[in-house]
Amino acid sequence: MAHHDHNHGHHDDHHGHDDGHDHGSLKTYTIGFILSVILTAIPFWLVMGKVLDNPSTTAMILLGLGAVQIVVHMVYFLHMNSKSEGGWNMLALIFSAILVIIVLSGSIWVMYHMNHNMMPGMPDAHDMRIRP
Amino acid sequence: MKDTTDISARYFVREHHPENGTLLGFWIYLMSDCLLFACLFSAYAILGRNYAGGPTGAELFDLKLVAINTAFLLLSSITYGFAMLESQKKKLGLTIFWLAITGVFGLAFLGLEIYEFLHLIHQGAGPDRSAFLTSFFALVGTHGLHVTFGIVWLVTLLFQLKKHGLTHENKRRMMCLSMFWHFLDVVWIGVFTFVYLMGVM
Repeated sequence: MAHHDHNHGHHDDHHGHDDGHDHGSLKTYTIGFILSVILTAIPFWLVMGKVLDNPSTTAMILLGLGAVQIVVHMVYFLHMNSKSEGGWNMLALIFSAILVIIVLSGSIWVMYHMNHNMMPGMPDAHDMRIRP
Repeated sequence: MKDTTDISARYFVREHHPENGTLLGFWIYLMSDCLLFACLFSAYAILGRNYAGGPTGAELFDLKLVAINTAFLLLSSITYGFAMLESQKKKLGLTIFWLAITGVFGLAFLGLEIYEFLHLIHQGAGPDRSAFLTSFFALVGTHGLHVTFGIVWLVTLLFQLKKHGLTHENKRRMMCLSMFWHFLDVVWIGVFTFVYLMGVM
């Protein structure tokens, strides 16, 4: 009885929303494509046309646009949402995003400080050789 | 009696087992791949300015080439989307057509990238020149390798589709390759922003 009900429920579930996956539509793919074209064109235009004088402002804008475009791809092409696979997709994504941030910012931070601390007044091999 | 069985039945139904565990597993593989790329990106972030007296990114990178390459990859993403839409409509011919177009764009991307690499090595700016170039070739090369395997998978899938049609298994394979392909595009966003555009400035 239980088994039968289980199957029945499952079948309905399967029929109801096709594998529980959002496959997207022509509309979502087109919106995603147009958005990514715009978000790709702006950074290339900024750098190739040398639009802004301040390189660090340009770099900040580039990183921001890149992040937005990644989100656009995730939503419109990879169909990420909090419901797919019962939320496990999103959980795995958040987990790896945290790890990526730790790896990236941690490496840059540590190595920057190491370079910074090693540089002033510290005799390297080259200095040692030329000094008596 | 009837009530208890009903409750347990409902309980089992509500305990959500994803119908297609393959997709979740594949997603977790992609996330681990994401960590691989994060390591390569951080290596580039640290070593990307260590030119060792050699050429810099501003001297080496041809942004027009990168823009064309980016366009190829972006177009291949949307054509893969079209293939997925046709497969939902159960149109085998059009599915194969759009997948083949995707493969052509992928090959065009790879061709340009191989041309760029050979050109760099020919100029004496190979991966052995400086730490910057080592990390550059490692990062961009790994992405290119992923695209290569994506194309191999795509060609395999084309033969399977021709032979078996739009079966449940083939649809599942298409979904996995779709995630893989769009994921590579996401990684490429990082590459062209962080490596090429910011390297030229």
